[in-house]
Amino acid sequence: MSHYSSHILVCGGTGCRASKSSEIIDNLRAAVNEAGLPEDVLVIKTGCFGFCEQGPIVKIIPDNTFYVGVKPEDAREIVNEHIIKGRKVERLLYTAPETGQHVSDSKHMNFYKKQVRIALRNCGFIDPENINEYIARNGYAALSKALQMTPDEVIKEVMDSGLRGRGGGGFPTGLKWKITRDVQAEQKYVVCNADEGDPGAFMDRSILEGDPNTVIEAMAINGYCTGASKGLIYIRAEYPLAVERLKIAMAQARELGLLGENIMGTGFSFDIEIRYGAGAFVCGEETALIHSMEGKRGEATVKPPFPSESGYKGYPTNVNNVETYANIPPILLNGAEWFTKIGTAKSKGTKVFALAGKVNNVGLIEVPMGTTLREVIFDIGGGIKDGKKFKAVQTGGPSGGCLTERHLDLPIDYDNLLAAGSMMGSGGMIVMDESDCMVAVSKFYLQFTVEESCGKCAPCRIGNKRMYEILEKITKGDGTMEDLDKLKNLARVVKDTALCGLGQTSPNPVLSTMDNFWDEYVAHVKDKTCPAHQCRDLSHYFIDPTQCKGCTACARVCPVGAISGVVKQPHAIDPLKCIRCGSCMSKCKFNAIIIK
Amino acid sequence: MKNTVCMCGSIVDKVKAICAEFNNDPGELINILHKTQEMLGYLPSEVQEIIAMALDIPAAKVYGVVTFYSFFTMKPKGKYPISVCLGTACYVRGAESVLEEFKDELGIGVGEVTKDGLFSLDCLRCVGACGLAPVVMVGEKVFGRLTAESVRGVLDEFYNKEK
Repeated sequence: MSHYSSHILVCGGTGCRASKSSEIIDNLRAAVNEAGLPEDVLVIKTGCFGFCEQGPIVKIIPDNTFYVGVKPEDAREIVNEHIIKGRKVERLLYTAPETGQHVSDSKHMNFYKKQVRIALRNCGFIDPENINEYIARNGYAALSKALQMTPDEVIKEVMDSGLRGRGGGGFPTGLKWKITRDVQAEQKYVVCNADEGDPGAFMDRSILEGDPNTVIEAMAINGYCTGASKGLIYIRAEYPLAVERLKIAMAQARELGLLGENIMGTGFSFDIEIRYGAGAFVCGEETALIHSMEGKRGEATVKPPFPSESGYKGYPTNVNNVETYANIPPILLNGAEWFTKIGTAKSKGTKVFALAGKVNNVGLIEVPMGTTLREVIFDIGGGIKDGKKFKAVQTGGPSGGCLTERHLDLPIDYDNLLAAGSMMGSGGMIVMDESDCMVAVSKFYLQFTVEESCGKCAPCRIGNKRMYEILEKITKGDGTMEDLDKLKNLARVVKDTALCGLGQTSPNPVLSTMDNFWDEYVAHVKDKTCPAHQCRDLSHYFIDPTQCKGCTACARVCPVGAISGVVKQPHAIDPLKCIRCGSCMSKCKFNAIIIK
Repeated sequence: MKNTVCMCGSIVDKVKAICAEFNNDPGELINILHKTQEMLGYLPSEVQEIIAMALDIPAAKVYGVVTFYSFFTMKPKGKYPISVCLGTACYVRGAESVLEEFKDELGIGVGEVTKDGLFSLDCLRCVGACGLAPVVMVGEKVFGRLTAESVRGVLDEFYNKEK
């Protein structure tokens, strides 16, 4: 093996690839070769670094220099200046908005300071397509350790760690394993749920793309504990890169005897197959997922029987989420006690969140349970974009709820979020500012649920549709106070009577916004206005005659000719013609156009 | 309509071959549909019937699965399929106005194909590039941080390719 003096790590995650990180890699390699350094400098395509806002990201090891917003044409300068002359390329360094100073080491960035990376420990650090790099970071040592223990000992360790399912439900992982182990059957299955359908969430994708081996190792451990010789990974077909990297990792693991017959010579055999999803949110629910793997429509069925008793093809099946699996190897290696020291009383360890929306630092983060929303949004996330005011944060996707200013100091864990009317969910965290209308947001989520409802049970199929129609009516300005009562009632009925997790949680966005932003609903209904000026039908555009300079810019851009006036005289908008497109507002340089 | 597949013998044989590859096992239906759609670009009812016969299951069952999953389509797509992400992160950063602009520019609705067969318009939920929101995918290419104003430029890139 060559001994390299420097490594150049380039993010190969989906976001950075969309910003040409593959070209950056090609150019870096070419520049390294040109400089005659192919024996000294290795360019590696890693998984996601997490700091997607600043991508594409290039990191240089050993000095940990973190370059942001790199373009393919910067490659040569990085090699010539940094690698050869030892001078940092200042203009590509991250500038801390608080101080205006360059920060070259990611350790000192606010975005990373409060993070603790367990599930993401290898993402952005190793080459996901080279199993040796995973092994060099203690990879497969947990499997080796587990195989020297009895399955019951391993399960006890997982139970003692307090790890709970990271897919959203928060069921104790060790207990799930134990139930599956205790059922007697000739064949058992372990399944990895990688059907990440929550819009705005990309945690699982990043783990699979950045560190596929950790999932494979954990599934093998799970197989050993539960008595399953077969594993299935159910993954979205929309994640081609993750699929490709999983396949590479599986092939390499088989070659090294870490997967397949007689693993590590212990007599334990375990292999994994990939099953493709086809775009159905409900398939994230265990029973629906299993039906989908059997080639059927992904409809949920009543539990019990639980999949742990009767799942895939009727055999006991243990289903865990990607992030849950990613926590298993570190738990076994460092011990349950180490894990229990992180987090809160009832939620141990860390949680990965996909932080997105109107926040300055969009990205993938991992924080200890118990971190507050304020720390996540303002310290790590760098606050709200464009200096606007924070309004709400949505957690748990279409199953979760919107939390507000008064929840900001709430320590994040399963139980706190649930008590506040939201839920942990898989880890999507969408930040909203004052320009987001909460009625429109709950309508947005319901539209999603209506489209994704499998249609099997009436409350979800019909109830959500009716709720959506009421919201549509409200945002159009035709709502009444009775509609609000109806909406709330219906939401509660659907919550109580729907068959599966999707239907039972789908009213959460409506209920939580009604609880926290009741005034906004009333404004839509009684005053026929949208306080955030987002609902088109309720926004009325006016020109402030004291501000208007008569430049005619608005009249020229108006698509329907609703603006009239003489040059250098204040203009006016004809409300009957106006289609409320907002074009005039974006063109006006004098802030003369106001919405009421 | 352009881009449709003729149901000639060779296509029938190819679809049957895909089924045979999966041992005509009804449990592999979704994998078979994935492979068939990869080959043909869409799954018209004629093709569904061939698969149903090969697997010895009712055509209604195949239709039920095809229509259940959003990834499968019974209509052909344009040469450059446009997918506008309507995930939450993109939504709060203005994906709706981007979608509207595409509809206006192309003169088609969601799920439709332009007359020249060049573009089709669809929505999808999260491509996992939320840092670049709002995001649009055209074929395999991801365009990020779009605004209604930049839509025309995206389309021109592909119109220019055709020239």
